[in-house]
Amino acid sequence: MKTAIITFPGTNRENDMAAAVKLTTGKSPDLIWHKETTLENYDLIILPGGFSYGDYLRCGAMAAHSPIMKEIIAQAEKGTRIFGVCNGFQMLIETRILPGALLKNKNLKFICKNVHLRSENTDTHFTKHLKEGSVIEVPVAHGDGNYFATPDILSDLAANDQVAFRYCDAQGNVSEEANANGSIDNIAGIYNKRKTILGMMPHPENATLSHQKTQDGVPLFEGILNGLM
Amino acid sequence: MSKKISVKVTLKKGVLDPQGKAIEHALGTLGFQGVENVTQGKLIEMDVADDTTDAQIKEMCEQLLANPVIEDYEIKSA
Amino acid sequence: MQNTAEKSDFLQTVREPDITLELAQEYGLNAEEFDQIFEILGRAPTYTELGIFSVMWSEHCSYKSSRLHLKKLPTEAPHVIQGPGENAGVIDIGDGQAAVFKMESHNHPSYIEPFQGAATGVGGIMRDVFTMGARPIANINALRFGEPAHPKTRSLVSGVVSGISHYGNCMGVPTVGGETQFHKSYNGNILVNAMTVGIANQDDIYYARGAQPNMPIVYVGSKTGRDGIHGATMASAEFGDGNEENRPTVQVGDPFTEKLLLEACLELMQTDCIVSIQDMGAAGLTSSGVEIADKGGIGVTMNLDDVPQRERNMLPYEIMLSESQERMLMILKPGSEDKARKVFEKWDLDFAVIGTTTDDQRLRLNMYGQTWCDIPVPPLVDAAPVYDRPQGQHPLPKPLPQDLGETPSLKTSLETLMRSPNMSSKRWIWEQYDGLVMGESWATSGLTNTQAGRASDAALVRVPNTQKALAISSDCNPRYCYANPFEGGKQAVAESYRNLCASGATPLAVTNNLNFGNPERPEIMAQFVGCVEGLGAACAALDYPVISGNVSLYNETSGTAILPTPVIGGVGLVSDWEMAMDMAFKSEGATLFIVGGEGAHLGQSLYYSEVHGVEAGLAPIVDLDVEKRNGTFMREAIARDLLEAAHDISDGGLLCALAEMSLAARTLGFDVSQLAGKATAFWYGEDQGRYVVATTEPERFSEAAQSDNVPVLKIGVVSQDNCVLPEGEEISCSELIAWHEKWLPDYMSKTN
Repeated sequence: MKTAIITFPGTNRENDMAAAVKLTTGKSPDLIWHKETTLENYDLIILPGGFSYGDYLRCGAMAAHSPIMKEIIAQAEKGTRIFGVCNGFQMLIETRILPGALLKNKNLKFICKNVHLRSENTDTHFTKHLKEGSVIEVPVAHGDGNYFATPDILSDLAANDQVAFRYCDAQGNVSEEANANGSIDNIAGIYNKRKTILGMMPHPENATLSHQKTQDGVPLFEGILNGLM
Repeated sequence: MSKKISVKVTLKKGVLDPQGKAIEHALGTLGFQGVENVTQGKLIEMDVADDTTDAQIKEMCEQLLANPVIEDYEIKSA
Repeated sequence: MQNTAEKSDFLQTVREPDITLELAQEYGLNAEEFDQIFEILGRAPTYTELGIFSVMWSEHCSYKSSRLHLKKLPTEAPHVIQGPGENAGVIDIGDGQAAVFKMESHNHPSYIEPFQGAATGVGGIMRDVFTMGARPIANINALRFGEPAHPKTRSLVSGVVSGISHYGNCMGVPTVGGETQFHKSYNGNILVNAMTVGIANQDDIYYARGAQPNMPIVYVGSKTGRDGIHGATMASAEFGDGNEENRPTVQVGDPFTEKLLLEACLELMQTDCIVSIQDMGAAGLTSSGVEIADKGGIGVTMNLDDVPQRERNMLPYEIMLSESQERMLMILKPGSEDKARKVFEKWDLDFAVIGTTTDDQRLRLNMYGQTWCDIPVPPLVDAAPVYDRPQGQHPLPKPLPQDLGETPSLKTSLETLMRSPNMSSKRWIWEQYDGLVMGESWATSGLTNTQAGRASDAALVRVPNTQKALAISSDCNPRYCYANPFEGGKQAVAESYRNLCASGATPLAVTNNLNFGNPERPEIMAQFVGCVEGLGAACAALDYPVISGNVSLYNETSGTAILPTPVIGGVGLVSDWEMAMDMAFKSEGATLFIVGGEGAHLGQSLYYSEVHGVEAGLAPIVDLDVEKRNGTFMREAIARDLLEAAHDISDGGLLCALAEMSLAARTLGFDVSQLAGKATAFWYGEDQGRYVVATTEPERFSEAAQSDNVPVLKIGVVSQDNCVLPEGEEISCSELIAWHEKWLPDYMSKTN
């Protein structure tokens, strides 16, 4: 089981992600600089959080054109599992590996707080350790996490069961108040059609270690990683 | 030699524009009546080589400067 | 690069201003200082040289009004590795590791342009810390704004908070705590004090000192532009109305570049290329070049043509005084330039060899084929004037009015306090800061931030890959400092000590940020000296030395000064984070105790100012022996696992402390109905050296207190969903939360 975490200028949650991977697998992932052009024999590729290229132009837009991205797109087509969190999700969107767009938060401010997520499709490698409809508490920390999709994309997502997580309250109710950033239909994370790729705004990696507020991210990482071991 | 190009990037109609909304609200509270449909965007200016084709500039916009999922762009040469 | 012909054309057009006293005065030098420059040089200074003298001798760089008094502060202890004088202080935290920290102000720039001012303040203090070879692991900030009704306050809050959020979040360093206060004395001069704590291996700490002759001088980071010229002298001048026109001197921050600079510097520090390093902060290349030369006892010759420049036709004066951000100056081991260059090229940063060190202690600057400056280095530092400014009588506090009017019921007064700007929740601010990046935040300080899930008196951040945690807090009560500078100075240190003890940490050392008005006014100087002497007395008594700091004077507008605000940033160590303490009630029925005696002192209390609208009376007195005894007792009680929750009693007294412990727990309150007939001062008095604790082992706890001679008083129990006061008054936990969460979001959603 080999995991690669891709780093870009401005990435800043790569070590948080590495700690979560190490906790779940006992093995440290490789940190790969964005100027590399090949990714041989990795079972899982992670695009971590941060401010790649300072979030200038649009979040994730410059990183989407990094040398490594051609390889990541090729790996995506091959079916290699890819997990993008926060800025990593923004990159998956900017490369069009995942559909839709991420806009500025509705309140126009950066938001860091704990949120609740309802898992919407647990019949995937990523979320098979979570119960359908179960609620996890993990933090968000972003300024541009307001998911937007056209009606066509939305109906596609629904038809293929591609919504992974929705913002909800502690009881699992998907409501306007529980919508952290104004995302359409409270969408917090989505899969590709084949369910080999997951992108999400919240940070499950910051809800794994024993000194962190919750360890609700652990089953997610176990799901992602165990199937590959 | 080079020529000056400017690219105006705006959100597509129908995409939520909270910044535009905030500006509209602020103008209202400053006492400017009747202001509606405020939108905001970016202006990107650059010097490009004289022989850069329109198609190439369009490519720049499609690939990087704008996100066609949510944004429209308009190219102007000075 | 411009070609030679263009350069000489340009030089023909250059007309530098004539060197006159008026010009010198405009740059903040007085007549004696101007004469002294002639004496030192034996000739008139050039324009470039005058600029260099003016910034090096500015209050900001030379500490000319404060230096004499700062010497009184204790700066040594066995665990202090580096005290004041370097980019930041360094302490031993065991296992070969060190904590590196400092607090610094960016007050004037933040008032003029709140977003960029606050952002570059945060950027500057982080640079101070990573220059020393430490990776920043936590930021905190102490903010003080004018009264909410002042027309500028709302936009200043909004701008400062987004600036801090913009820079800190992008750097990936968590903002884990701090304080935000409002008071009319800050109407024309807000305070933005930012503190960064970093971790380094003791063997890998880098200093400005240590450079030797004939070594390459290297410039790295962003290019130099014309931004921020004379920022250091601006930070040393009082505002007059209309000074807002100073806008061009405000620098623009680029946190993305600083993140690259951080990674590049730490990567290069893994090799042995760097001899000495200094960040370019206030007074940019001037101050960094002079510091490195002075601390190494050497000279520097710089070829300014080689400085990476963002604008054309820059003059040496501009290059030397520019405060463009995200730049560093390094002295490298000869021959290691290529190795270092590769690291900076990997991170897409500018790297330029711009000169060499010399053995003659002179600062020489060449550009466009000419020498623009050739002056001795030591006088720039040593001959900087030191003033023993006259001290008058500090303003005395108003006496308490004979009649305060009606005393409201406890429930009513608590509601007033919880809804007040200074006591209410600052969630609106804190949710804009990434408090969790790096994944090591265990608790955030006070109730300001519940992202980490725990609220403690100090922020607690685990030291990566260890059981250790650092406890960090920032404290100052300006009302006390105004009423009694000496006791107020003592109190700021004592409260910091108390906050760390209540979190289970051993207090190790402090940094300070001394914000005052115009020191040329004797009453302000009296406040300054009183506060510094109070800080010194408390630091000495509590074995809590000062290892770094910053002085910000001239915080006044049109003759109105801020309240004296000596902010203390304290750092302590918890050897095992699993034994750290937070303030939230944990279980219904747990017994509540006051540690340190009943409240009796209401002078200068938050209760008086918020409920009765008077800031009056004497400040509370700090007994440092009691403070130490009670703090030691608290740490031991926490280490012996006797407590479930602990919180110090400060602003708002006992009742506000209990309310905050309930707010942290969300659904647990307190039942203190047994305390019928107690005086107002019992509930809201701000007597020092006190704590509230919750314990499920009341007997063992009482015995421990008795054997340590610490007075404790049983006051009630933790209750479910409700806070029960005497005389049949009750408050539901949800009501308390609603009071507390109300004010700031309402205030910020309005427009002027």
